[in-house]
Parts: sequence; structure tokens; C-alpha cells
Amino acid sequence: MYPRQFDYVAPSSLDEALAALDANPGAKVLAGGMSLLPMMKMRLLSPEMVVDIGRIGGLGDITDNGDSISIGALVTHAEVAASGLVQDHGAALATAASWTGDRQVRNRGTCCGSMAHADVAADQPVAALALGATMVVASSGGTREIAAADFFVDTLMSALEPGEILTEMRIPKVGAGTGSAYDKLGRRGGHTDYAVAGVAASVTCSNGSVSAATVAVTGVGSRPVLAAGVADALVGSDGSDAAVEAAAAHATDGIDVLEDLYGSVGYKTHLAQLFAARAVKAALAAAG
Amino acid sequence: MSSTSVLGGVVRRREDPALIQGGGRYTDDVKLAGTAHAAFVRSPFAHANVLSVDTSAAEAMDGVLAVYTAADVEHLGPLVAQVPVGALRPLLNNGTVKHVGEAVAMVVAVDPYVARDAADAVDVDYDALPAVVDLKHSLSDEMLVHGDMESNTLISWTGPFGADADALAAVKAGIDEQKSRDDVVVVSQEMINQRLIPVPIEPRSVLADYQIGYGRFDVYSSTQIPSALAGAIGKYFGMALNQVTVKAMEVGGGFGCKLNVYNDEVLVAFASKQLGCPVKWTETRREAANSTIQGRGWIATATMTGTTDGEILGFELDGIADMGAYSQNFTVAIPFLGVFVGSGQYSFPTHWKMDCVTTHTMTTDAYRGAGRPEAAYYLERILDMYSRKIGMDPAEVRRKNYIPASEFPGAVSPMGFPMDTGDYEANLDAALESAGWSGLLAERDAARAEGRHVGVGIATYVEVCGFGPSGLVDLGFSWAEYQMPSAFNGSSLVRVHPDGSATVSIGTGPSGQGHQTTWAQIVGDGLGMDVDRIRVIHGDTEEAPPSIGTFGSRSAAVDGSACYEATQKVQAKAARIAAHLLEASEDDIEFADGGAHVAGTDSSVGWDEIAKAAYQPHVLPEGMEGGLEAHAIFSPGNATWPFGTHIAMVEVDAATGDVRLLRYIGMDDCGNVISPMIVDGQIHGGIAQGVGQAMFEDAVYDMDGNLLSASLVDYILPTAVDLPSFELGRTVTPTDINPLGVKGIGEAGTIGAAQTVVNAVVDALESLGVTHIDMPLRPQRVWQAIQDAQA
Repeated sequence: MYPRQFDYVAPSSLDEALAALDANPGAKVLAGGMSLLPMMKMRLLSPEMVVDIGRIGGLGDITDNGDSISIGALVTHAEVAASGLVQDHGAALATAASWTGDRQVRNRGTCCGSMAHADVAADQPVAALALGATMVVASSGGTREIAAADFFVDTLMSALEPGEILTEMRIPKVGAGTGSAYDKLGRRGGHTDYAVAGVAASVTCSNGSVSAATVAVTGVGSRPVLAAGVADALVGSDGSDAAVEAAAAHATDGIDVLEDLYGSVGYKTHLAQLFAARAVKAALAAAG
Repeated sequence: MSSTSVLGGVVRRREDPALIQGGGRYTDDVKLAGTAHAAFVRSPFAHANVLSVDTSAAEAMDGVLAVYTAADVEHLGPLVAQVPVGALRPLLNNGTVKHVGEAVAMVVAVDPYVARDAADAVDVDYDALPAVVDLKHSLSDEMLVHGDMESNTLISWTGPFGADADALAAVKAGIDEQKSRDDVVVVSQEMINQRLIPVPIEPRSVLADYQIGYGRFDVYSSTQIPSALAGAIGKYFGMALNQVTVKAMEVGGGFGCKLNVYNDEVLVAFASKQLGCPVKWTETRREAANSTIQGRGWIATATMTGTTDGEILGFELDGIADMGAYSQNFTVAIPFLGVFVGSGQYSFPTHWKMDCVTTHTMTTDAYRGAGRPEAAYYLERILDMYSRKIGMDPAEVRRKNYIPASEFPGAVSPMGFPMDTGDYEANLDAALESAGWSGLLAERDAARAEGRHVGVGIATYVEVCGFGPSGLVDLGFSWAEYQMPSAFNGSSLVRVHPDGSATVSIGTGPSGQGHQTTWAQIVGDGLGMDVDRIRVIHGDTEEAPPSIGTFGSRSAAVDGSACYEATQKVQAKAARIAAHLLEASEDDIEFADGGAHVAGTDSSVGWDEIAKAAYQPHVLPEGMEGGLEAHAIFSPGNATWPFGTHIAMVEVDAATGDVRLLRYIGMDDCGNVISPMIVDGQIHGGIAQGVGQAMFEDAVYDMDGNLLSASLVDYILPTAVDLPSFELGRTVTPTDINPLGVKGIGEAGTIGAAQTVVNAVVDALESLGVTHIDMPLRPQRVWQAIQDAQA
């Protein structure tokens, strides 16, 4: 577990960090380090420079913007899980954060780091998808916003370009009639460890029917991905168990399901459908 | 034992304050000035011809001291093995590599980072060849793992032990004859006991310091067998044993994987001697997965023949065991340990056969239980299937077929081994009572009525441990290859210092077993001395009398007995001194509360005065030699045979296949107990490892011989989150083969646990038609078994 030699800088401002990234195209950003450092130690990744953003002020807060919540780049999984704001407006994310890694990882790793890492079996990216999150990305050229739906490009690949830092993730605040939930099976069973399969769902109900739904699946394909088939089938339905189960059958429509040590294609497809139904039902219950 | 015995009392582990405060000193913590660091170039192929090894780029790097290839070390010969059946491991291999992770070259540099960079810069050209991975494929000899060997089958172990071909055939014929009876059922199942990767928290680490001019070695290694390593290094470098000191510092777990002398230990010593500086190597976790020994890896068919009312008429096991590519310390002997317990604690005829085959994978060797968990697994799984088939309570089927308590001591198992002591029925009864067996079954049935899939599993075991008689040398079990003709003796030296404190030096090599506490308890009990006044030295070949280390649940029974006997000798001499000082009769002297007392009087003398006198010969009784110390060697007449009953309750989510362990009850019998907390701790860890095999762990090789589960992301270990609070109890059936009456306990939990959990899961899924699931019972496998049963 010996990484290759690398340079290390720990700037105290965002501008300095961005300048360091510009000057070193091979540099990687370090926040919690829970994914980056193991990859470096296994020499799967050997950046020439690590830019530690841990000393930059203003990135460690969960803030209420009125119509949205911002989760700063240094906010840990544990902080997300414990946040009343997140629980109220993005329960799926709070749950996903509470099931991420173990206690040490949750106290050290960051929500935005999990997004940038874009692991195929991570918990929080699908919650971001389901909640319609927006990624706020800074570079020396300014900032840009990327919808979660456009952010997860492929296995361990996000839409972040060299020179960019994910400074915050925004999730829209929701009112009565909207609820979200996340459910999964972890690799060691229960909710522990990476997801063999997991589903996050957000639904809005009005006048006894589902007026909006977003559903996303993790662990089954090459990236965290929206399950549009489930959402399409749900919208306009009465949200009954039968309707939910019929919709959940579309959980892997259009997704190239990949086998791994923890699940065959058939098993993962089954789990995606099962958890789509469980997550949607829980989201409906939360929506009231 | 004295009336104030601390034996059996709850004593906190004395080693824990250092360990839990971060003060524990491990091999990698030893810093010697001028230390260089080694890194290995390892084969990425399971089978390949090495066409060329270009070290020039590595050698040219700043900070690189040397790059060694096979040509540099060939003169030393291969790695020695105790049971040299099969191919021996080359120290470095530049010919045809035989498993992923095999060492091809070694780099030594000024720090471990440069060493790793330089190892990556060594350019090896391989010509990959097809690999033999599957056990049945290996057995077929369609492709040979080692081209210069005639067969992949290295040896076949059979039971009953000592039976020749005719006698074995007669046992088989006797069982076969019963199969046609009208009142007899035959149950047969092929089962996999999967390969496991031992994962001690501290990986292996070695630091060798060859002292120029002095011509001697100090070697620090995270090993369970320091004496064997000293013997091996002496042998490789032509040095007398008194010129090689091996120290095992704190060892953070071993589980058998540090019960080997490894090629890297020899190579690091070689580099130190060549370069004239200390050389250190600490393996990385990924390296450990591919180049430290693995365990288990059996596929076998178990067959149970018995009457419809639960009388078992015969058990047969026919299987294949995976030895990996090279034979190391005990490799091919591990399945032989299964022969010892092949018939368990039962009296029925048993026919047992295990073919040991070589494959293009890492070597297998001792892993907690070593042959005995595998043997117990097959026996107890098929016994469970048989009980289910005849519709009888699995506990009662076991009871009906036990060797009765009346045959002990002196019972001989159907496999042909004399066993020390046992009372299996009493232990079973205690377990059933502790679990509330009938209530447990009722609770299960109530849950099932609600549509839940709840199951209860039971398994019993007998193990053999505490090796052992020095006559084992005649069976091929010795340490002669490591210059240790003393085989399995225990050895201990107890010394009282002039201030009345004491030191016990002992040949054990603990890796978490709590020896700092247990040996102090034995000495403290014998001398009436506070354990805080007693220092324990172990894992050090210079300080301790010759012995062999810690493995096979042997330390308390063997070295502990030596410690007891040495203590008795010291006590006897001290009693004479005290009697002389107190002008009393030696027969009236008792030791307690830090000194000697004259029974029935106020007269006493403290250890400080006794010790002072011992080192002033002029005040001693006429003719008594000065000093106060004694050495004892203990060679038991048999191994010990602990036993137990385990019960588990599980719930399965049939929709996902997710298994939850609800309750786990252990009732173990290891004879007398010296330290209850340590014994319970051993059972805790043992059960966790057994549950780990049952539910989580799996060394997965693909057909090209790549280990797919080489990191802890993919090799799933049990954690506290996954386990309920164990409900432990014990019965006490002392052994008659050692003075303490103790049997081993280090492996018992592991030997009992896996089949207990699998039996419970199969019970939970009985209504769905599931009869067997191969381990590990991860959700996918359980779900798939349900689908298959329903199809």
C-alpha cells in the first residue's frame, strides 16, 4: 500500500485550489479521502499532485437557500445523515448517507466526494438523481451547474472536467405531498456495505394520484442511472400497491445489467424491481 | 493446585492496556538504524513461462540497493516443508511460475516507496499458459500443474487410520451391505467447503539484521513459530542455532497463516547478509491475499446410511482437497487432521477418503481448525440431512449415535484414534437446556405461522488438538526440517529473581491468545504470588527454552503443562527454603498471598525473603544449591479432544435471500478452564470465523487462476454488526493427559460454527424445498437456491 510519489498542496482558498489544478492537469482533489487514498495506495490512480481542499473555508456547511439546500464539498456522510434539513427535503439522501461505509468512513468521507467518485454501487448518487440534485462546479473560468441526471457519465467517471471542483450539491426543497426514500441490499446483507442493488425514489402526489416521480437505480449497471420506465408508469397512477409493483417491473428497462461477485444479471434485475417497489412505497408513505 | 487458586477466576488480560492504547510493539514498529526495505515482483499469471527478467531500469533508480532474481538465490535451494510431498516453492522463480503472486524478483531500496517503484520497474516478459484451477479438473490429470510430476494428486488420505486397502474395502462393503435393507435410508450430497483467506489485522512482517563481524542474525518476524524460523535461517546460511535469534514481537493475529516459514523471510535474511544492513518487508493486504497461505478448499460427497429410526450404520466421505501450487509447512498434512475427527464423536463405521491435488493457486495450509472444520462440516451437514429425511429431531439423532460416556477414558474412535475424555450427551443436554430447545422450536414454528422463514440449526463436534506426543515424529509430523527434533514438546523456564519477582520464559508464540495472562496465572497460582509480580517472556528464541510455538490449540495443554511442572519444581525448592527459614516442617508449607505460610500458624515468610535467601547460599539448608529456577519439558501422551454443541437461529428474507443470524448458543467443553474470559474470547472469535465462512468469506478464483477477491472490498469479513451476542456456556470434562486437565479452545468455535449456521438456514427454507446451499450463504446464493427449489 505504497502510493507513487506525489506533490501535496493544501490551499486556504478556492481560487488557490483552482490555480493549483490549472497548473497541474494531472492533479486530483482530496476532500475526505475515503476513495482517493485507497486507489492511490493500490496504485490504481497515481496523480502527480493532490490538492487538499480541507482547509478552504465555507465548504463545510449544509445551508438553507430558501428554495433549495446546499451541501458543501466538505460535508461528511454523517452530517448529511443527521441533518434535519436533508431529512425533511431529501430523506432518500439522508438514508443513503446513513448506510454509506462504516462509522469511520461516514465521519470522514464527504457527500460531494461520493458524487465525484461516481462508484457504480454507491448509495448517495442515486439519491441525488431521484431528488433532482444540481451539482455546482467551480473552475478558474467561473462556475457552472450540472444536473445530477447529466453528472454520472460512466464507471467511476463524472462530468467533472480537469480543473474543476464540485463545491456544492443543491437539492430542491419540497413541500407537502412529496416524499422520498432509498432502499437497498448491501453486499454483506441488510443495508451494510456497497449496494448489490439499491433504488432511490421521489414521488409527488396530488388529488389521489402520482403527479411526479423520479426513480434511480444503483449497483446494477455501469453507473448510477435513472429508471425512467418506473417513473413513467407511476405518474398518473393511483399509487396503489398494484400500480407500484407494475411500475417497479420496469426498474432495469434500458439498463445494461452487469454481473459481479455479488449478483447475477437475473438476481440484480430481481433486486432492482423489488427495491423499486419498496422504495416507491416508502416514498409514497412519506408523501402522505 | 492451592486452595487460593486464581485458576478459573476472572482475570483481566494483562496484555490489553498496551494493545488498546496503541502501545503494542509489532514487527513493523521496530526501527533499526540504516534499515533497507524490500519489495517483491510477483507474477500476474497463474501459470506462465518467464521469458526474461530485465532489472536494469530498477537498478538504475536512485535509492535502489539491489535487485535479486532467481539466479542469485538458487544455491539456497527451495523453501523447506515439514511434509515434503509435492513441489517445493522456489525462493524466487524465473522458470515457470505456478500461481498469481509467486515471487519472481526482490528489490531492496532505501525506503518502501522507492522499493515499490523499483519493483514496478522490473520488466518481466511472460508467456502465459493455461491454468489448472478446478479441483475435478486437477484430479483428472488432463493437464499437469507441474510438468515434471506424474500426477496432480499428491497424496490420498484414508480412514480408518492405519487400515490397509483390504481393511478399507471391508469397511466400505460393510456399509454398502446395509444400504439395501428395507428400513434403511441413504442420503448423499456433494458439498463445497470453500477456500478462505486468513486475514489477521497485522499482515506478515519481517526485519532481518545480519550483524557483520559478529556473524549472527537478529530476526524480528510476525510469526507463530519463532523457533522454526530460527532453525530455517540457521540451515539456509549454515549457522548454528545459537547464532540466530528470532523475536516475535506482538503478533496481531495469525490463525495459522503465520504457522509457516515463508520464502520472503528467508529472502529478507539473505538480503541483509548480502548488503550488511537490516532489511525489512511488510506485506500489503493485496499481497497477503496472493502470497500468504490460504485455508480449506475441499469438494466432497458425504453419504449417510441409517435406519428410519435414527440408528446410523455408516458414514462415507469421498473428496478432493486443494493444496495449491506448492507444498509449504504442513500443506498436505492438513486434510490428514480431518481423518482424526472423520467420525466425529460418533460410534458408527466411517469410510473416509480425501485426494490432495495441486492447482495453479496459492498454497493452502493451516487455517484456524485446519482440516477439522472441513471434516466436521461434511459430517454434521449430512447428519442433518439424514435427520430431516427420517423426520427425527436432529439433536436426538446425534444423541443416539454418540460414543457413550461410559467408554471414557480410553475410547477409540471408529477412525482408530484413542481419545482422552468425553461426555457428549451431557454436553448436548446442557446446550439444549441453555437454548431452551423446545421453546426455540416453538418460537420458530410461531414465526413460520406468520409467514416468516425462521430456522434452527444444531451441530456438535469433537476436535483433536494440543499436539502433542513427541511420537508424532514417527507419523511424519516433526520440525526436523527446521532443526527442531523436539517436535511438539512444551517447554518452560520459571525463575524467581533476587527481589522475589518471577519470570516465566516459554516457547509459545502467541498472536492474541492472552499468554501474558494465562502463564502468569499458572505460576502465580503455584507460588502464591500476585500475577503482577510475574513477567512472561515468549516468542523469543534467545530468552525462551527450545519449543515450537503456538498453533493447533496446543499452548495451554502442552506449554502450559510445562509451565505448571516448572512451577512445581520451583515451589518444591522454595518450600524447603521457607521451612528452613521458618524452622518448620517442609510438609506444612503452603504458598499464598505473596509468600510461604506454615499451615495452622501465623508464621510466614514473603517471597522477597525466600528469594534473598536463595541467592545467599550460606543461609540455605546444608548442601542446597543456590538460585531459584527450574525448567520443564512436557510431552503429552496424547492430543486432547475437546467437544461441544452449537445452536443457531436464523431468519431468511426469501425475497432477497438475506440471512440474519438471530441467536447463537455455544456449549463448549475444553476441560478445566484457567481463564474464563480468555476461553470465552477464543470461542467468540472462533464462532465469528465459522460464521464468516458460512455467510461471507470466499476466495474466488477465475478459471485463469486470478484471485477475484483479493482486497477487503471483495473479501467480506464478518464484523460485530453482522453477529448477535453469543450465548455461551460450558461443561467441564477434564483431560487425563496433562496435569492441568485442560484441552485446547483456540479453534473450537470455528470447528463448530459453519455447519450450525448452514443447518439453520436450510431449516428455515425447508418449506420452500431447499435441502442444501453451498457456502458462503450470501444473499444471491440463498435466493438462487430458493428459485431452483421452486422451479
